[in-house]
Amino acid sequence: MCGIVGLFAKTFEFEADLGRYLAPMLLEMTDRGPDSAGVAVYRNPVAEGLTKLTLLSTDPGFAWTDFERALGDSFSGASVARISNHAIVTARATSAELGAWLQERHPSVRINSSGNVIEIFKQKGLPAEVAANFDVAHFAGSHALAHTRMATESAVTTEHSHPFSTGEDLCLVHNGSLSNHNRLRARLQKSGIRFTTDNDSEVAAGFLTWRLREGDTLEAALERAIVELDGFYTFAIGTREGFAVLRDPIACKPAVIAETEQWVAMASEYRALAVLPGADQADSWEPVPGRIYSWSH
Amino acid sequence: MAVEFDLRQKSTRELNAALHRLNGSGDTGTWRIRNPHGLHTLAVGVDAPLTIDIEGHVGYYCAGMNKYARITIHGNAGPGVAENMMSGVVRVTGSASQYAGATAHGGLLVIEGDASSRCGISMKGVDIVVQGVVGHMSAFMAQSGRLVVCGNAGDALGDSLYEARVYVRGTVASLGADCVEKPMKDKHKQELEGLMNEAGITGADAAEFRRFGSARTLYNFNVDNADAY
Repeated sequence: MCGIVGLFAKTFEFEADLGRYLAPMLLEMTDRGPDSAGVAVYRNPVAEGLTKLTLLSTDPGFAWTDFERALGDSFSGASVARISNHAIVTARATSAELGAWLQERHPSVRINSSGNVIEIFKQKGLPAEVAANFDVAHFAGSHALAHTRMATESAVTTEHSHPFSTGEDLCLVHNGSLSNHNRLRARLQKSGIRFTTDNDSEVAAGFLTWRLREGDTLEAALERAIVELDGFYTFAIGTREGFAVLRDPIACKPAVIAETEQWVAMASEYRALAVLPGADQADSWEPVPGRIYSWSH
Repeated sequence: MAVEFDLRQKSTRELNAALHRLNGSGDTGTWRIRNPHGLHTLAVGVDAPLTIDIEGHVGYYCAGMNKYARITIHGNAGPGVAENMMSGVVRVTGSASQYAGATAHGGLLVIEGDASSRCGISMKGVDIVVQGVVGHMSAFMAQSGRLVVCGNAGDALGDSLYEARVYVRGTVASLGADCVEKPMKDKHKQELEGLMNEAGITGADAAEFRRFGSARTLYNFNVDNADAY
């Protein structure tokens, strides 16, 4: 079991309050996933030509100051903003250039996300600890996804936590389990998709990365996922402009969507939506199995 | 005077314990439960002819195992509403998530909106009336009772059906294994009208419904297989 929540602001006023509502939504899903939690937030877009990465170092003694100096020596416009053991890194370079630089200098540092807008924070432990550690309640942004994990397929570590990056400003959270992930991983690796864990959800993320790289639209990639992924899933996919929701055609895994003039939200259970203003009067429904729902700004 | 219970001030466990203290008492009192906010397992295991109004959306397994009580959920219900109900009436004024009325032995479940997948799965005598649509695999392995669907039914309706009767007014996406359409006789129309009256559903004419049931090829021992033993 896992818990998923997604929140999309329809007004500028609500964007300022995004974290204020996202944090209690995340906490409400603690019962569904006490092992680890993570949040993807879309905020503070960087200027054209710059790339923003969210980095994670599990080494408590990691020398971020030295890192920042070295980054500045290699790239213009470099900045490093630390948040717990994560850092938001921006520099005038492409994601590929920054990735190659990291691989050479700091192979142990993990890239949670890359793009212009997205930031991904995740760690092992209760959702309440994660929310406090990254100050989720004070996030302002256009939209965000979050996940609480109850591990079934692979180990409980920060690396195995969701959201998983699926490309520039893209991410995926998953409730369910995939049956054909080992074979699919091997196939994707042959197509050049890299994996850092044995997690099944990372394979779903890798699958979308591959399809999008091959030129599919997000909708086309998800249509293909319905055909190729075997297993149970409710997915929420974050994009630069918004988010999408997809349930597998058998639909054992729950999802509820609700919408008002101020916001659109999805969650594994209604109780996570109940914390939102006007939730009890909101238009709410259960997404139909195998149908793609999406919202964008 | 209704007993007021606010779930902002007291827990689910306190609610259910308070209701269970009346089990077997024959109490016909009225309870009004406020601020459910999608909580799970509200008003489960009630065994008294109470009238219970839950003012809002509920989570998993609301009104499970109900006996005698009339429970109305003024909102939507999460998965497994009225699961294993024995008797009484459970009404959802909104829509219900998957496996509504699963394994229920008796009573009446009314869903005024839509029901999701697996509605009435393994039902064992309950009557379920859905004003909207039902999702895929509804009435899967349904053993007895009646499922009335005023809207459309999803894929694999009545798969591996036993002796439950299924009435559908709209379209059926597909029938499950061993489920077949059967003639709508006068006695079936009367049965259907009775169920809709009981459920308080108006505006649907019994003549517009089709009846589905078991072809009985799956669960009877086939004597042609005797040589296999």
